[in-house]
Amino acid sequence: MTTFDFLMQGLVSAAEPMNLFYALIGVTLGTMVGVLPGIGPATTVALLLPVTYQLDPTGSLIMFAGIYYGGMYGGSTTSILLNTPGESASIVTALEGNKMARKGRGGPALATAAIGSFVAGLIATLALAFIAPYIVKLALVFGPREYFALMVLAFVTVSSAFGNSSLRGLTSLFIGLALSLVGIDQLTGQNRLSFGVPDLLDGIEVTTMAVAMFAIGETLYIAAQGAQAPDRIEAVKGSVWMTAKDWSRSWKAWLRGTVIGFPIGAMPAGGAEIGTFLSYATEKKLTKHPEEFGDGAIEGVAGPEAANNASAAGTLVPLLTLGLPTSATAAIMLAGFQQYGLQPGPLLFATNPQLVWGLIASLLIANFMLLVLNLPLVGLWVKLLTIPKPWLYGGILMFATLGTIGANPSVFELGMLLVFGLLAYIMRVFDYPIAPVIVGLILGPLAEQQLRRALAISQGDVTVLVTSPIAAVLLLLAALALILPLILRARGQGNALSQLAASED
Amino acid sequence: MSGSGNKTSVTQRRPDWAALVIAAVLVAVAVVIFFDVSHLRGASGYSQVGPATIPDWIAACLVGLAVWTVFAGFRRDFPAREKQEIAPVAWVVAGLLSQMILIRIAGFSVATGCLFGLAAAGFGARRLWISIPVGIVISLAIWWLFSVVLQLSLPAGPLENLLEGLFQ
Repeated sequence: MTTFDFLMQGLVSAAEPMNLFYALIGVTLGTMVGVLPGIGPATTVALLLPVTYQLDPTGSLIMFAGIYYGGMYGGSTTSILLNTPGESASIVTALEGNKMARKGRGGPALATAAIGSFVAGLIATLALAFIAPYIVKLALVFGPREYFALMVLAFVTVSSAFGNSSLRGLTSLFIGLALSLVGIDQLTGQNRLSFGVPDLLDGIEVTTMAVAMFAIGETLYIAAQGAQAPDRIEAVKGSVWMTAKDWSRSWKAWLRGTVIGFPIGAMPAGGAEIGTFLSYATEKKLTKHPEEFGDGAIEGVAGPEAANNASAAGTLVPLLTLGLPTSATAAIMLAGFQQYGLQPGPLLFATNPQLVWGLIASLLIANFMLLVLNLPLVGLWVKLLTIPKPWLYGGILMFATLGTIGANPSVFELGMLLVFGLLAYIMRVFDYPIAPVIVGLILGPLAEQQLRRALAISQGDVTVLVTSPIAAVLLLLAALALILPLILRARGQGNALSQLAASED
Repeated sequence: MSGSGNKTSVTQRRPDWAALVIAAVLVAVAVVIFFDVSHLRGASGYSQVGPATIPDWIAACLVGLAVWTVFAGFRRDFPAREKQEIAPVAWVVAGLLSQMILIRIAGFSVATGCLFGLAAAGFGARRLWISIPVGIVISLAIWWLFSVVLQLSLPAGPLENLLEGLFQ
């Protein structure tokens, strides 16, 4: 069967009434949680994962797709109306979008974000569908050492290539790797670092960790800032519809944003932020209205929002075809797959094509639902932003612990939530990034397995890792990604890198 | 991300004590890993690679990062830190602790209601006699939704049993 047939089959399965219903719940919940300030898509997915526990794998992954896209969209609403980006990929949207909202053009800003996200999501999801089979074919020739090299590259780009400091990024990564050792070793069945505690034998739950590090750590950090002047929420005045001029200024920006965002997401290069910054710079250079930039230029919302969504779909390429999460959100989605005993990767395309293509098709459907739902419901999302802070954060904590209690109602698990929440708070105070911990925790055991397999085949000879051309090239890229930023920062050119910081997802 | 640009006026070569503490913690973690896997070291088989190999590498890297952190601490490479208020953090932590202690004894709703009230207090809503009952009512509604609609049983206590009794 061709890709097209598979995709059609997926669409048919995703269009079953029950699956449509799951997608609807997913996008609604995703947007609702994503709108809350300080909660990005990674946290949204982690918080809502337990809701999907009772469903079958297909249904839960479809709901997941909706949550993911909904969370992305909710973040941009927050940054346009509140100037508090709910996620780091929305920082650029806040630059121009909030200015537009202040000038009473919040409606068109939200509209161009919504339609741009839709256009980008549509094109990028189709691109995902058509590229995936080729990468799967390539991945089938990968052996353990190639996989290991690929994971090393992902480790380096996620932790140290971008951000303020290679030291702090790498430290975060190794905290994650150290935590990933806890539990039974998958190759020999030996106990490691479980200290006789039965709860630790299965290792540390990625979802518990993600909720603790993002939701609880963030809440503690915001609490520690003390009482501040309340953020001003811009009311949506006037029409939400875009004028003909808005359309003509937006559509090229959407397409350019998509072209920039998708490949960046698809490469193992970390989160969606980089694409949004590049797209913003491009639009600023190409615009016919340079005077409006910094003061509410619609291209500055349209391009980055499209890039943001396109790279979100892009991160699914390495996740689905190679089983390689390159962002915190993707890492949590991988945990969701593992919940059902599914390991994403080339084999999943062969053994369970209905599931993979159903997921890709439901991304298309979720995307369409968001477009239909969001513009009419924007008033409702704005209401969520007016909840007073004490109730809002009380509610967020309630919700955060609910997920853990629902999955495993044990005092020990709640204790871990508290301990890792405090760890994340301390890390935030000292400017350590959070995402590398999550990626290290989930990718650590996989990388260890591949490395040990490779070394077992070579009977302990380490040079085997660089004697395969593919592995050697990947490791060389990883070394460059590690060393170049160090040189750049030493020469005082680190500012550009910290602007590309992948702080949340 | 926050204050990386604004250098503080402190120029004398006093080390950043926090960085030294962080380095010490990293070394401590490395030592724990090293000793915990020491009993696995014999089991590596003929390929010389066993369950202790990777933990040893990770422990070594943690020690390396600790040394690097010490250097960064002496060069004061850490960005300026924003002032942290401890009281609100303590309220939120107290909320999480109270939930943890109460969940087995008093059930989901009471425990989570306490969490809600104490966390809200951390953000300025200090009237606990209002916020805790509100939290308990919301939690009870969530409990009902989960057990009836999603068929997911959250820990029940006297309140939950009462609610269930009403509907039978």
